[in-house]
Amino acid sequence: MKQKSKQSMTATIVLAAVFALVILLEQVIKPTDPAAMLLTVLKKGSVYALVAVSMNLLNGFTGLFSLGQAGFMLLGAYAYAIFTIPAADRATVYRYYDCVVNFSFPEVFGNAIGGLGFILGWIIAVILAGLVAAGVAFLIGLPVLRLKSDYLAIATLGFAEIIRAIFQWGRLGPVTNGSNPLKSYIRLNSFQLRLGDFTLSLTTFVPMLMAAVCIGVIIMLVNSSYGRAFKAIREDEIAAEAMGISLYKHKQLSFCISSFFAGVGGAMLAMFAGTVQANNFKAAMTYELLLIVVLGGIGSISGSCIGAMLFIAASEWWLRGLDSGVFMGIQAPNVFRNGFRLVVFSVVIMAVVLFFRKGIMGDKELPDLVRRIRAKLGGKQKAGESNG
Amino acid sequence: MAENVLRLEDVTMQFGGVVAVNNLSLEVNRGEIVALIGPNGAGKTTAFNCVTGVYEPTNGRVSLNGEVIVENHPQAKMKALYKGENQGKYTAVVSHTPDKITQRGIARTFQNIRLFGALTVFENVLIAKHMRAKQNVFSATFRFNAKEEKRMRDEAMALLEEQNLAHLRDATSSSLPYGLQRRLEIARALATGPSMLLLDEPAAGMNPQETQELTDFIRQIREHYKLTIFMIEHHMDLVMQISDRIYVLDFGRLISQGTPAEVQSDQRVIDAYLGVADDAED
Repeated sequence: MKQKSKQSMTATIVLAAVFALVILLEQVIKPTDPAAMLLTVLKKGSVYALVAVSMNLLNGFTGLFSLGQAGFMLLGAYAYAIFTIPAADRATVYRYYDCVVNFSFPEVFGNAIGGLGFILGWIIAVILAGLVAAGVAFLIGLPVLRLKSDYLAIATLGFAEIIRAIFQWGRLGPVTNGSNPLKSYIRLNSFQLRLGDFTLSLTTFVPMLMAAVCIGVIIMLVNSSYGRAFKAIREDEIAAEAMGISLYKHKQLSFCISSFFAGVGGAMLAMFAGTVQANNFKAAMTYELLLIVVLGGIGSISGSCIGAMLFIAASEWWLRGLDSGVFMGIQAPNVFRNGFRLVVFSVVIMAVVLFFRKGIMGDKELPDLVRRIRAKLGGKQKAGESNG
Repeated sequence: MAENVLRLEDVTMQFGGVVAVNNLSLEVNRGEIVALIGPNGAGKTTAFNCVTGVYEPTNGRVSLNGEVIVENHPQAKMKALYKGENQGKYTAVVSHTPDKITQRGIARTFQNIRLFGALTVFENVLIAKHMRAKQNVFSATFRFNAKEEKRMRDEAMALLEEQNLAHLRDATSSSLPYGLQRRLEIARALATGPSMLLLDEPAAGMNPQETQELTDFIRQIREHYKLTIFMIEHHMDLVMQISDRIYVLDFGRLISQGTPAEVQSDQRVIDAYLGVADDAED
């Protein structure tokens, strides 16, 4: 127990240091610097990390192979956007429809209480995004969770595609704006604090904090009694049921919680991208997430986070040069231009999967790794202690 | 008078056209050790699965401490297909998922060990405590259930100590030797707080010495946890030593029942195990 509290102390200190560094970098790096890509990667990476972890909760910890993540992100993104577009901008956003939702939470609360009310309204909109996704997950879970493995994957994949089609349906235009994008809602760029002459930019800090809080909750869930029940279901459904664990109840629980965080992740993606359009939430997005989960290690939360950051960094930043023909200072012939990035990327991924059969982290977490390295460095004496 | 804990009445399980368990009636009284034996494929495990809710029997009734926990009669297509007896005797349908039956106090082990392989010995036992814990997903996640969690951990640890498994608490359960895996599976079943324990071939794959240890172990847990034990077993040494009564199943039917001595001398049992020559020649 003592060791555990020491561990969480260390984790808190490391996390606080990282956040302080991020805030500092944000003030120093100008948008035109090449290093600004780092901030973009951190923003998008935290979105993907959160959704990948939520997917891992389902696929890695409960053993339910679901491919509906993009659908739940879409629900979250729309719910968030619809309820945060300022009333004044609604007419321009909903150019072709009569908008039915004519208020935004941040405005409602902002007008009532003031500055803090604005933030409160924004938090409510984010939570609502999660709740909408979780509510729909509950309804879908009723029939779908009776299916096993591949069948469940196909059913959830189908659901995600159906949701995407429904949200582009003209009849729902007054709510979803049909196939037109939603915009003008609160984006990451809105998080700039003006303190006199100095502007404190929090555009990277905010999504990272959101992801950290949500992932923290998922970690606590996984380590709780319910998390153990989920793992039992993953290991052996029949034995879990014989231990008095209701399969249906716990699968539904895991499915809804996972979808809740996918919804929050969708809201964050909306904040990052600046516009929301159903057409962007394709099955390819789910595959990217699945790739992150597998690369990071199925059943490892820190693996999903590391995987997400590496994936986004590679696809958005490090390998970008391949598309424009300049990579690490080498001018490539024309053949290797557009699309070459994806070729290299695929090769890298295959190499990673070949050399790390169980993903980067396997089913271990970062603290396990640190402990093992420390034991190795500390030599036999330390190793003897950890055995005792 | 002996008090029925478990009671099976006319339990019939038909898969398609195959009657796996045919009209099985038996009772297990409080504190008894009762064995269900029979040649391979006699329907013993199927009978267990009917009791524990894994299968829904086609016809018949199972009650635990007087409460009906399973009842069914042939329905829909099965009405015409049904080959068993007592059709129409039962009209109610009582069906529970296995977890509900475990909650009512029947714990079981499996013929092929089913531990949560990637989890530790301690976690395996701890999971069995989840069912009776007073908590919900919010209180558990945000640790408002600290007292309950501590109680679960203490109880699980105490159980491991009683079973002499405490020194292995952090070992991965799939890494244990076979005999210990069996022990752990029984410990895990005990952790659900049962009044009745169903053991499906607990001595399978054990050598004579291990079997002897198991015999003592089963006696000891019956005393210690005030259990009623119903088991399937092939090791006749174990069965004859330990059982108060024995039921013999062959091709889904009950062919004999009684004390070990009675069953051993029953010609039908000998025939079932050794086979009967159709036309004996000298």
